[in-house]
Amino acid sequence: MNGDQAMRAHAATLPAPEFPNPAWVTPRPLSESTVAIVTSAALYAQGDEAFGAGDAGYRFVARDRRDLVLGHWSPNFDRVGVALDLNVVYPIDRLEELAARGVIGRVAPRHVSFAGNQPDDVATIRLDTGPAAAAALRADGVDVAILTPV
Amino acid sequence: MSVLAHVLEAAGIATVVLSSVREMAAKAAPPRALHCEFPLGRPLGVPGDPEFQHDVLARAFALLDEPSGPVLVDHPTVIEADDTPLACTLPPRFDPSLPPAVDEARGLRKAYDRALARRGVSSVGRVVDADGVPGALAVLHAIAEGATWKEAGLPGGNTTAVCHDIRTYYEEAALELVDGPAAGARAVEDWFFDRTEAGALVLRARAAIRDAGAPFPVWFYMTPGQR
Repeated sequence: MNGDQAMRAHAATLPAPEFPNPAWVTPRPLSESTVAIVTSAALYAQGDEAFGAGDAGYRFVARDRRDLVLGHWSPNFDRVGVALDLNVVYPIDRLEELAARGVIGRVAPRHVSFAGNQPDDVATIRLDTGPAAAAALRADGVDVAILTPV
Repeated sequence: MSVLAHVLEAAGIATVVLSSVREMAAKAAPPRALHCEFPLGRPLGVPGDPEFQHDVLARAFALLDEPSGPVLVDHPTVIEADDTPLACTLPPRFDPSLPPAVDEARGLRKAYDRALARRGVSSVGRVVDADGVPGALAVLHAIAEGATWKEAGLPGGNTTAVCHDIRTYYEEAALELVDGPAAGARAVEDWFFDRTEAGALVLRARAAIRDAGAPFPVWFYMTPGQR
């Protein structure tokens, strides 16, 4: 069993938080929407606060930053892909291209990065930091988020 | 990611998750998920391939047209991680008075510096920067040879962070030493642990710390779990 197979087999057994009344947003047309990336790769702009082990917080990443550090504490995934091409985790240049083509309305002025290695109940993200990040994105006019996991 | 999707949706933002573990996406049921059976750490699939990345995004954004959810759709392409160690030249032994891993790390410094100059950023630096990598390896060498891990002078006192910095230094340097197509996922990890003196030393130090009775998190996260 290789590393990915072992991790997927382990992750499949983890408990999933329940959302008995899940929200559903009927989106505006994509061509009129402001789109943000929300990643759990623990990326942060060089010079910003690093992620600590078990960090349930988030960092904003300004639209024009490409000098991103990988702050993830798990050793269990490929880290070379993002060193070769940031877009394989954080598809910011692809969003810029889609905006230039008119496929999406706008690229959000800032994006959000969390760390994927969290306690099983993810309580802080669910109750505290997640809603705070969501409110900030809404205040920026974000309509659609694409979520990229690590 | 699925939890964040629910939270964002509740705040009025329509979401699409690129799922990496299908069972979890099925259980957590985010409003819209495109399952991508790609190497972990590469949710858009292929580095350096804008066309493929656009295909992933197009399929993801297409889920915004669904009238109700939860929606869980599979990307039709499966990409397996590459378990063949990267073919990458290692520096010859230069100073036999040094532990082999320390000597090796010194020999990779120019490649690391080229990587830093090209990218403008490095993910080395959690507890040691590039200057500190040989010294950190010297501490792991002492631990592997019998020194007590608590008293060996591990930088930052954190085994996970030290090993992150060592491995990242090697991985970033390695990308400057190979030609040809982009390295597959796990190929560089396999090169580090199976081919380099530093990788072998990390494994030996980890075993020594485990055998000394250290708590599980102190030694386990020094390497990927399957090792």
